[in-house]
Amino acid sequence: MSALNIKKGSTSHSAYNLRPTFSDTEERHTLAVLVENEPGVLARVIGLFSGRGYNIESLTVAEVDHTGHLSRITIVTTGTPQVINQITAQLGRIVPVHEVHDLTVEGHSVERELALFKVSGKGEDRVEALRLADVFRARVVDSTLESFVFEITGTPEKIDAFADLMRPIGLVEMARTGVAALARGAK
Amino acid sequence: MSAQMTGAKMVVQALIDQGVDTVFGYPGGAVLPIYDEVFQQNSIRHVLVRHEQGAIHAAEGYARATGKVGVALVTSGPGATNAVTGLTDALMDSIPLVVFSGQVPTFMIGSDAFQEADTVGITRPCTKHNWLVKDTEKLSNTIHEAFHVAASGRPGPVLVDIPKDVQFAAADYTAPRAMTSHYRPQVKGDIEGITDLVKAIETAKKPIFYTGGGVINSGPAASQLLRELVDGTGFPITSTLMGLGAYPASGDNWLGMLGMHGLYESNMAMHDCDLMINIGARFDDRITGRIDAFSPNSKKVHIDVDPSSINKVIRTDIAIVGDVAHVLEDVLKVWKSRGRKTDRAGLDEWWAQIADWKTVNCLAYTQEGKTIRPQYAVERLEALTKHRKDRFISTEVGQHQMWAAQYMGFDDPNRWMTSGGLGTMGYGFPASIGVQMGHPDALVINVAGEASWLMNMQELGTAVQYRLPVKQFILNNERLGMVRQWQELLHGERYSSSWSEALPDFVKLAEAFGAKGICVSDPDDLDDAIMEMLDHDGPVIFDCLVEKHENCFPMIPSGKAHNEMLLGEAETQGVIDSKGSVLV
Repeated sequence: MSALNIKKGSTSHSAYNLRPTFSDTEERHTLAVLVENEPGVLARVIGLFSGRGYNIESLTVAEVDHTGHLSRITIVTTGTPQVINQITAQLGRIVPVHEVHDLTVEGHSVERELALFKVSGKGEDRVEALRLADVFRARVVDSTLESFVFEITGTPEKIDAFADLMRPIGLVEMARTGVAALARGAK
Repeated sequence: MSAQMTGAKMVVQALIDQGVDTVFGYPGGAVLPIYDEVFQQNSIRHVLVRHEQGAIHAAEGYARATGKVGVALVTSGPGATNAVTGLTDALMDSIPLVVFSGQVPTFMIGSDAFQEADTVGITRPCTKHNWLVKDTEKLSNTIHEAFHVAASGRPGPVLVDIPKDVQFAAADYTAPRAMTSHYRPQVKGDIEGITDLVKAIETAKKPIFYTGGGVINSGPAASQLLRELVDGTGFPITSTLMGLGAYPASGDNWLGMLGMHGLYESNMAMHDCDLMINIGARFDDRITGRIDAFSPNSKKVHIDVDPSSINKVIRTDIAIVGDVAHVLEDVLKVWKSRGRKTDRAGLDEWWAQIADWKTVNCLAYTQEGKTIRPQYAVERLEALTKHRKDRFISTEVGQHQMWAAQYMGFDDPNRWMTSGGLGTMGYGFPASIGVQMGHPDALVINVAGEASWLMNMQELGTAVQYRLPVKQFILNNERLGMVRQWQELLHGERYSSSWSEALPDFVKLAEAFGAKGICVSDPDDLDDAIMEMLDHDGPVIFDCLVEKHENCFPMIPSGKAHNEMLLGEAETQGVIDSKGSVLV
């Protein structure tokens, strides 16, 4: 299914004509792009974004179908509806791109991101860090007498919130994977 | 069917199997094995150009004049980087090309080897797709896929980069078979949109067809169907620079080209229409002028094979993604089955309005005195050649290009080769060589400016070597005419670097290469000189000395709307404000 065969429905739209295409409001969209796993394909996708001046908030990529040689690129981007439509159409035009899905308009989807946080501190700060980690269901994956590395999974907003809380306690460094997303439901 | 052969032989075999008869190229270290194979066969003609940019433009000219895929062969490093302008030109104008470049051997890639460049990296944004083939096993299929990608959907240039060791190694050759490629652009239009379009056709009072290069790219059937639809509905039709010839200029409904230097009646009709049917055009900024004032009261229909063209610039009311010929066939079918209805009374009024605009006579000029007006030169060329059914015109870029588009008429598609999107000076001469290779007996004329022409003048060697009787019709104003015009209108008549102080003697230049040169400066001698050019069996440089300060009108100034055209010198004072002057 190409970007243009997106089923029309109450929460979804065709690539062109159902939403107010030329509205000025910036929207945040999550796109799932299935691509042929060949050299240079990521450069093509990134080059499209930089060459045409689109935003990338996060981008993840990994092979998802070894026998079929397919990788899945999940891109979180922002733009007006017209720009978002352009992005999906331009992505669909890249030859090794098999499918483009705008998960934000095609229906409900789940989004998860994984992050590692290094927090250092002593005494009460260490206890507080563990307490907050428990609230956020973050796991300790490394520990020294003066530091923890937490692993946390969730929506980008949850990870942002966790980072905001950890910063005053002694956040040293963090690494985030970017968003992985799937549409809800059986298909 | 498969047979063992070297990668170099595979290239030649694949070209033969793809029906290629002509390749434009320039040899070098990294493509020597392929050139060795080219030497040992007679199925494919190789045309040795003098610069790789010339090879790509020649392949473009060949592709546009024949409707086939153009093929070029260049070496690694500088060979490939010299091809970049041509590739970008072909991408912007959707011209199908397959370009082969040599590459250093796979084990040396990344070592900054002699004549190494990251060719697939450099050409990624200026090709439709490209491949670095690291394994001879995959070479034949990649080449077949390359032809498929170049020619299907919205056509475009592709590049296959072949390291030298891959050319030497042997593997099984695979013949082209039923394509297994997943790349299959949509060609049939959505019937819902087509029906909506037909309903709009039935009720429109002030409709216009606005057609572009997509009609030509879709093939001769598309032009035929377009003519049937235009003549059947009786709607007026205008076209972009790229689409000239799809509907005949001698046809009853033809208004002339639209856009920045388009005809008054075309632009006024675009502005005032109530139904705009865009077929294979892309609302380029040369066409729309000021976006928020573009055809404010019309319902806009857009037929395009490329989904990303839709709603890119102008909001479309009815979008039909599909190949022009397929879509037009369905439009005609539906329109006929619903009784071939149009609003006759409304149309009569609309045509009366158009007739009124035509009386402005926007292309009028007067030829007087002893200096040739460039418009006059183009008009005489048109008058003396338009009876020739086999006439092909290419152009360079600038004022002469616009005058050729305004004053010459094209009754068939694939007869007009010009660099539209990229505006590449230096395009026309090599393109004319490509056209002549595709049509050896045809009359091929490149309408040029002296500055553009000099950009790829080395190809005169190619024209002479292959005895290609291409006519180089140079309007010589000793200026970069269009740059000069903009400096006059926008930069206080400060003519910064826009004139040539050291032009060659074009007659002697022609003779130095073994071609014929003709120089004319007197309007009274013009016709005879043109006839002398046409009668000469060989390449001719025609140096036509014209008025140096002529401006090209009509003109929609930057940042203005279609109905704010300038028709002549008197209207140019202070019309372009600072906001408009940042636009190009």
